[in-house]
Amino acid sequence: MKLKKKLAISDTGFVFDPHSGESFSLNETGTEILNMLKEGKSQEEIMTHFLENYEVDNDTFERAYMDFIAMLKFYNISEENEKD
Amino acid sequence: MKKTKITVAVSGLNNTDNPGPGIPVIRALRESDFYDVKIIGLAYENLEPGIYMHEWVDKTYQVPYPSSGSEKLLQRLEYINSIENIDVLIPNFDAELYSFITNSERLKNIGISTFLPTLKQFEERHKANLPEYGKKYDVLVPHSRPINSLSEIYTLTPEFTYPLLVKGKFYDAFVAFNPEQVAQHFNKLVSKWGLPIIIQEFIRGTEVNVIALGDGKGNTIGAVPMRKTYITDKGKAWGGITLDDEEMLRLTTSIIKQTKWRGGMELELIKTNENKYYLVEINPRIPAWVYLAVGAGQNLPEALVKLALGKKVKPFTSYESGKMFIRYSWDMIVNLNEFEKLSTTGEL
Repeated sequence: MKLKKKLAISDTGFVFDPHSGESFSLNETGTEILNMLKEGKSQEEIMTHFLENYEVDNDTFERAYMDFIAMLKFYNISEENEKD
Repeated sequence: MKKTKITVAVSGLNNTDNPGPGIPVIRALRESDFYDVKIIGLAYENLEPGIYMHEWVDKTYQVPYPSSGSEKLLQRLEYINSIENIDVLIPNFDAELYSFITNSERLKNIGISTFLPTLKQFEERHKANLPEYGKKYDVLVPHSRPINSLSEIYTLTPEFTYPLLVKGKFYDAFVAFNPEQVAQHFNKLVSKWGLPIIIQEFIRGTEVNVIALGDGKGNTIGAVPMRKTYITDKGKAWGGITLDDEEMLRLTTSIIKQTKWRGGMELELIKTNENKYYLVEINPRIPAWVYLAVGAGQNLPEALVKLALGKKVKPFTSYESGKMFIRYSWDMIVNLNEFEKLSTTGEL
């Protein structure tokens, strides 16, 4: 999934979308995933990273990850919904 | 750099919960690098807060309402000018614009410069003309129709579906869910703003706005898009944030280019979930949230004054997105003798 190009993500997990003016607060896990997505990492790469570095099993992470992605789409943070 | 001393007359000192643009315009001019401004306030009511804000307004004169006739308003302005030598006049009320646009030559002859839209530009963007405007300038607009009598309310369907918007000629808009509510709002709006009342299709989406300044030759001198983040029960922005939205800027420059818009303006748009932009209104003046544009890097009132004085103005090329404004209220303590002076002499 591609994120909007101009999305600003701070170290604190504060996310600002300058196109819509909306802002969001993420926890550490959300911030890490969003930063990896911004770097262009694939779902597989992100999953591997989390499974290797955190105590989480494949199914639990995948479920949480898909839920998170759906939320990004819902809030128009992904590029799919962006016009320009 | 030595600043040039000028005198600027500004109306719209009603810095209330339905604020006029006067005080933010003055604030922008006070921050000018080019002008050292003396501000002459023009007030219609004796409780407009700006009258008593002496750090912003040097002197205030009461002026008659435009509804009492252009001639009275102009005569009063001529009197004020004989004392103050006004260089530039920035009117900030929709209702007074017609008088000043149609008399801009007369004002010029006594040394007062304005930078207002032409009468054609002013008339064709009226809410009642929005459908033709959209067609002519290739802009999406919600379907709308002016109505002049209560009996027309029952002819609205199937042309319109509920809910719909009931709008006043100059200000105010209400959502109506049935003909009875339309009738209620119709009566309220007619008594306040007169006919016609505009019935408009209700477009679901986010309200976004652009403040812009056109040079009258088709060039956009500046433009800043904004989304209201806090809206009062009167629908006014009490907070907002600047956006980085290329489509809104494209739409603005396209309208200014085609219409050769002269002066300040505000585009009110609805952005749908499908990322379509519907133009719902063009306000032919600087909006009350103008100071956000100044804070984001575009001092549009200063540029407007330069244009009014015939100076060349280089268009702004950027602004900062993510700049916010948050309004607040403040209780001023005013001595009765000030109120008395304004009420009895019409000057303070």
